[in-house]
Amino acid sequence: MSVRAYLIRRLALTAFVLAGVVLITFFIVRIIPSDPAQLYLGSARVRPEQLAQVRHELGIDRSLVVQFYTYAHDLLGGDWGESLRTKNNVLGDILHFLPPSLELILFAMTIAIVVGVPLGAASAYKSNTSLDHGSRILAIAGVSLPAFFLALLLQIVFFRILHWFPVGLQIDPTIAQTHPVTRITGMMVVDSLITANWVAFGSSLHHLILPALALAAFPLGLITRMTRSAMLESLEADYIKMARAMGVRQRIIVLRYALKNSMAPVLTVIGLTFAYMLVGTFFIETIFAWPGLGTYATMSILSLDYPAIIGVTIVVAFMYVLANLCVDLVIAKLDPRVVLS
Amino acid sequence: MQLRRTPILGAWGGEWRSRHQSQFEESRYNLRVFGKDRLAAIGVCWVAFMILVAVAAPWIAPYPDQGRGASDVSERLQAPSRAHPFGTDPSGRDVLSRVIYGARIPLVIPAIVVAGVLLIGVPLGGIAGYFGGKVDEGIMRMTDVFLAFPSLIMAMALVAFLGPSLRNVAIALVITWWPWYTRLVRGMAVSLRQRPYVLAARTMGVSRWTIIRRHVLPNTVGPVIVQVTLDIGTVILEVAGLSFIGLGAQAPTADWGLMISEGRQYILSEWWICTFAGLAIFLLVLSYNLIGDGLRDVLDPRTKR
Amino acid sequence: MAKLLDIRGLKLEFRSYRGVVKALDGVDLAVAPAEILGLVGESGCGKTITGMAVLGLLAKPQAQVTSGEILFKGDDLLKKSEGEMRALRGREISMVFQDPLASLNPVFTVGDQIARVIREHKGVSRSEALEATRSALSATGLPDHGGLLGSYPHQLSGGMRQRVCMAMAISCDSHLLIADEPTTALDVTIQMQILRLLIGLRDDRGVAQLLVTHNLGVAAQTCDQIAVMYAGQVVEQGPTIEVIKRPYHPYTTALYGCLPQGKLAADLSTIPGSVPDLIDPPAGCRFHPRCTHVQAECAAQKPALIDVGPGHQVACHWVGRLGVVPGERMHA
Repeated sequence: MSVRAYLIRRLALTAFVLAGVVLITFFIVRIIPSDPAQLYLGSARVRPEQLAQVRHELGIDRSLVVQFYTYAHDLLGGDWGESLRTKNNVLGDILHFLPPSLELILFAMTIAIVVGVPLGAASAYKSNTSLDHGSRILAIAGVSLPAFFLALLLQIVFFRILHWFPVGLQIDPTIAQTHPVTRITGMMVVDSLITANWVAFGSSLHHLILPALALAAFPLGLITRMTRSAMLESLEADYIKMARAMGVRQRIIVLRYALKNSMAPVLTVIGLTFAYMLVGTFFIETIFAWPGLGTYATMSILSLDYPAIIGVTIVVAFMYVLANLCVDLVIAKLDPRVVLS
Repeated sequence: MQLRRTPILGAWGGEWRSRHQSQFEESRYNLRVFGKDRLAAIGVCWVAFMILVAVAAPWIAPYPDQGRGASDVSERLQAPSRAHPFGTDPSGRDVLSRVIYGARIPLVIPAIVVAGVLLIGVPLGGIAGYFGGKVDEGIMRMTDVFLAFPSLIMAMALVAFLGPSLRNVAIALVITWWPWYTRLVRGMAVSLRQRPYVLAARTMGVSRWTIIRRHVLPNTVGPVIVQVTLDIGTVILEVAGLSFIGLGAQAPTADWGLMISEGRQYILSEWWICTFAGLAIFLLVLSYNLIGDGLRDVLDPRTKR
Repeated sequence: MAKLLDIRGLKLEFRSYRGVVKALDGVDLAVAPAEILGLVGESGCGKTITGMAVLGLLAKPQAQVTSGEILFKGDDLLKKSEGEMRALRGREISMVFQDPLASLNPVFTVGDQIARVIREHKGVSRSEALEATRSALSATGLPDHGGLLGSYPHQLSGGMRQRVCMAMAISCDSHLLIADEPTTALDVTIQMQILRLLIGLRDDRGVAQLLVTHNLGVAAQTCDQIAVMYAGQVVEQGPTIEVIKRPYHPYTTALYGCLPQGKLAADLSTIPGSVPDLIDPPAGCRFHPRCTHVQAECAAQKPALIDVGPGHQVACHWVGRLGVVPGERMHA
């Protein structure tokens, strides 16, 4: 199979999965609740005419197929409904709250990869040494701690005791007043960097660190472990033996040969951690008062804002599917055997 | 080959035992290797201890009623003392008793979730892998769609429409988790399909279902068990997380995640409300992870430390 | 004529969880420049280990050389540091293995892998390395079209892959090539091509070779000298003609007896008994429990190599007893 054919196949699959996502959310919205109209109106006692009116408005007096068609059509058109809580267009709300979460996720992902991959590789290279044992302890602790608990602990240690980092928010409120950041991407660190607003940049970066660390712990542990085991497996391979027989330096063998061969499983794990982080932000944001999608989602849930909840569900699912697509494409680039199978 | 007669199972038991002799020996060998892993052994001990605690909760908890939810406002926010070794929470309940009672949830819920996931995921995977073709395609596409939903998102969505409860959390987790096992089992089934003994069975006309049941599925047991022990930890974390945001266990149930949420605003001063619960979660998940690591080393020695 | 590779009395042990495996028990071998020595024996006799020991590829904590020397151009390789050995590997001494697909890294192109070896040993630029890669590939009979350098191992056929491995091996002009069962994983028709390639390397480039194989036919067709190994001991060695036509050691003759050529199924013979467990090997001559000519001293003392013909040596007490005059024809 050529690269192009693989790409087309993969994209078609992605489109199919996205359609499936829409179908399932529709199922949740319309079919699971016994009476979506009643749900919409809340627990207030209503007259039958009101119920019928809402039913008509929601379109659930029509056939399921028509309902699904309208639903999908609206989604694609950008009409994701109106938030019961904020009264805004749900899609608009989501796009507003998404960037801070993305900022957090990207930063945490960077930490996890930049620390995790080399640590895992070093552990494999020097297996059974104290470095290996140490990193193993760190990795296992990382995947065993609940992220929200870790966040609280970090707050206690680094804010309350050491006073090194702030307890929450994206930026110091005073600085937000004196050096306001123009919103371009919605990510404060990026925006302040672009606009050369150094004071704000420093403050927002400072505020980003603790939440990112709390979010990165689990992925860091996972990535370290996966890199280590993938490297160990690669290092057992015959082609490594051959390279040694040809006199290639150990450093090159480990860092180029073995590492590249290990990338496939490591990248897959990175894709999985992206999913983890997408929902992990929900907890972290609550604890650090971070104004992102997680906060929006949590508040929507608590106020039973159904359009918003569904909107968030779809956005997160979509992002996850796209992230996996990217991971698959990168793997295909790195490992030529994938495309040809 | 001597047929050993087992007193309990009689002649039939004896024959079964000698037929499965090599499997027993292999299991015994694996157990020995596993036993050598000290960390995994510690994990097993802790899990066993937790199970004991959970089962014996009404008898070992100093304030069983409070463990179940009764409050005593006169004693609220007490620091750890002899009367309350772990202190009391904002409702005056003894934290130690709550932690003890809270051990029930991380043991029962994952068991239910795992059972559900295995019942759905494993057979589907075996069918997909063995039959191949359209059946395989169909099942795989379905897993792709379900895999697109991170479990907490599905939990959030379901709970929003069905109401917050542990039951709905469990349902949500089963719905999002089964595809992993289907994929895992399918991958193995595909390679097992080519094995000589499977081909031999087919040539002899053994029905496909029998082949799946007797040749394919039993060989998937090892990796599935490893995966399950590693996943239980994650399930516990997710249940705790959902309870923390309020979507899972509801007050006044004793749930570690819920306890952390209840104590959150007091964390800087009355640290004991959150900390013991958090520690309990950490230790239990850590134990499962150590066990899973140990099992993986047994089944795949190449990744040995 | 000074020997290029001279292994003297090499004894090697492996530490395993079941005990100490005495893999090599005093191996004596020599390869002259531009000569092909075939190391022949069953699986497990230690021939692969001997090849790997020359290059120091055996994992240090488990594998221990307990005595002996491996002289390459007069230097004892066993006394060299890891850094010195690394400079030697691929440069002066190279090795190709049995499975060419497993020996090549699947995620790097063929050109990349060969060029990497060249650049490790000679600090040349990328383009010079690619040039050298091309010439190495053409020396092994592979066509020089651009597609080859950029292809991945799994895109090539088995024979081409083995040629790629050989090209890698000769890319830095090594003097000695150790080939470990290079044709075993290939089709019979391709086998001939590879063997001819080996002979060509000897004739055109003067590359001496240690050809490890379990296939007597392969050895007979390709090698100048043959050494027969059994359970970690060299039992017979000499010029190919001698060893093939006038075998002396009971093991060698028994091996020939097992060849199915020209026999009916009922006449197929085997050597009774089985290969010994090297954790607790037989004392003295390791073949003695299965030997039809076993003598009293065979269980007590390992036989030394004695001359039985021009350049032809055998390690056997029975042969010694017979008082063979070099050159005389033996009747088994």
